[in-house]
Amino acid sequence: MSLRIATMTVWRVLNQLRRDRRTVALLLIMPSVLMTLLRYVFDGSPMVFDHIGVTLLGIFPFIVMFLVTSVAMLRERTSGTLERLLTTPISKLDLLVGYGTAFALVAAVQTLLTCATTLWLLDLHVCGNLSFVIGISVADAVLGAALGLLVSAFAATEFQAVQFMPAIVLPQLLLCGLFAPRDSMASWLDAASSLMPLSYVVEALSEVARHAEATAILWRDLGIVVGLIGVCLVLAAVTLRRKTP
Amino acid sequence: MEAAAIAVKNLVVTRGGRRVLHQLNVDIPRGHITGLLGPSGCGKTTLMRCVVGVQRVESGTVTVLGDAAGSAALRRRVGYVTQSPSVYADLSVADNLSYFASLFGASKQRVRKTMSDVELSDSANQLVSQLSGGQRTRVSLACALISEPELLVLDEPTVGLDPVLRAQLWQQFHELADSGVTVLLSSHVMDEATHCHRLLLMRDGSFVADDTPDALLSQTATLDLESAFLALVSDRTDSQEA
Ligand SMILES: Nc1ncnc2c1ncn2[C@@H]1O[C@H](COP(=O)(O)OP(=O)(O)O)[C@@H](O)[C@H]1O
Ligand SMILES: [Mg+2]
Repeated sequence: MSLRIATMTVWRVLNQLRRDRRTVALLLIMPSVLMTLLRYVFDGSPMVFDHIGVTLLGIFPFIVMFLVTSVAMLRERTSGTLERLLTTPISKLDLLVGYGTAFALVAAVQTLLTCATTLWLLDLHVCGNLSFVIGISVADAVLGAALGLLVSAFAATEFQAVQFMPAIVLPQLLLCGLFAPRDSMASWLDAASSLMPLSYVVEALSEVARHAEATAILWRDLGIVVGLIGVCLVLAAVTLRRKTP
Repeated sequence: MEAAAIAVKNLVVTRGGRRVLHQLNVDIPRGHITGLLGPSGCGKTTLMRCVVGVQRVESGTVTVLGDAAGSAALRRRVGYVTQSPSVYADLSVADNLSYFASLFGASKQRVRKTMSDVELSDSANQLVSQLSGGQRTRVSLACALISEPELLVLDEPTVGLDPVLRAQLWQQFHELADSGVTVLLSSHVMDEATHCHRLLLMRDGSFVADDTPDALLSQTATLDLESAFLALVSDRTDSQEA
């Protein structure tokens, strides 16, 4: 790995994104708008908004970064630039870490905006430290990006890439504890949900929401999320082949 | 004699279940412009992908500048320009060049020099998506020239360019070859072939000739390379049928 090449790749990806003003605007503002909508959907029951709102703080960045990253990487592949890059000294990890970091930075800004809106303007109540909320959300966005990089290797077209969203993200959304507590599900679904990355993000966020101090479960979940980011990046590097048929 | 720049031995490639390259053998000399010519679909791109090490091969070997094709050591020494321009359309010309320069640790000065070599200095800040086809081709070429490669692999670099630009590019290829760079380029247009030092004529995944343009003309007793190619192909068909 080369730090210089990875850093230049981060710049290049951000530079490309910067030219696409509409995407940037949607990325940064959409989650805040949806949160506001949600706040008034639950106008009469602020307790429910507290519970769902904090969960969604983990879900929005995950979905958005998953989609954006998988399409961006697919574009790199279909434009022929990926084939060309793989004949230059860039290592596969440089490229993946470059993409991951670029979108992590975008995710950090997005998360800060969403948290600011939700916690201060919309009065979402959490017992724990706000920096944990932000930290978990950013880690979770990077996880979404890393998963997107991995999945894009299996998509041949942008249609397929977009279809991976319902295929890979929706099951996690259903089982992560947003709609029903995980321990109240059928036991096989509970077991399945413990294999899904999003479950740990949601669990960590609800720990922060309910406890003033950082709990052991919170630290464990955060560790799992960070570990999964590494696993996804390594798998993405393995599935990214220099030689293609 | 100096070892060949590219040595291909018994190369077999299958793509999409079809055999695309059949037992190819060839040595490509250093410091020359070698033209890979043949009709569309005959396997030129596939062979070039083998040389730069991105094609999965079924059997056989490709040795480039003494190392196995695609090995890490070669990635600084070989420049590859794909058939359709593979640059970032949503970045400016200068941004594209700077990014590729950074992969090789090339200087800012080198970026400026390369940009003026392909006559793109005036469009430095324009987005690639807003350039003409010919300009895009030159951006793609510049991104490969930036690392000053010893071997330049160019897939149909002059297709669709106007005659003036084509002449300029050929002059540039000759300057590169004179400075010791090996150039392997492909074309499906035979009249490009006269500019090459050496020609590899290809058809349906096999070579039908490997010689200088003049030798091919005298061997087939033809006046232009188009006729020479047709003569060689029909010879072959005759001898296969016989
Ligand atoms: N990605 C691919 N998958 C399967 N077959 C391919 C692929 N690309 C090219 N081919 C086939 O390989 C053969 C050679 O193609 P190619 O090397 O691109 O030819 P050329 O560059 O001479 O036009 C053609 O028959 C083409 O249909
Ligand atoms: Mg081709």
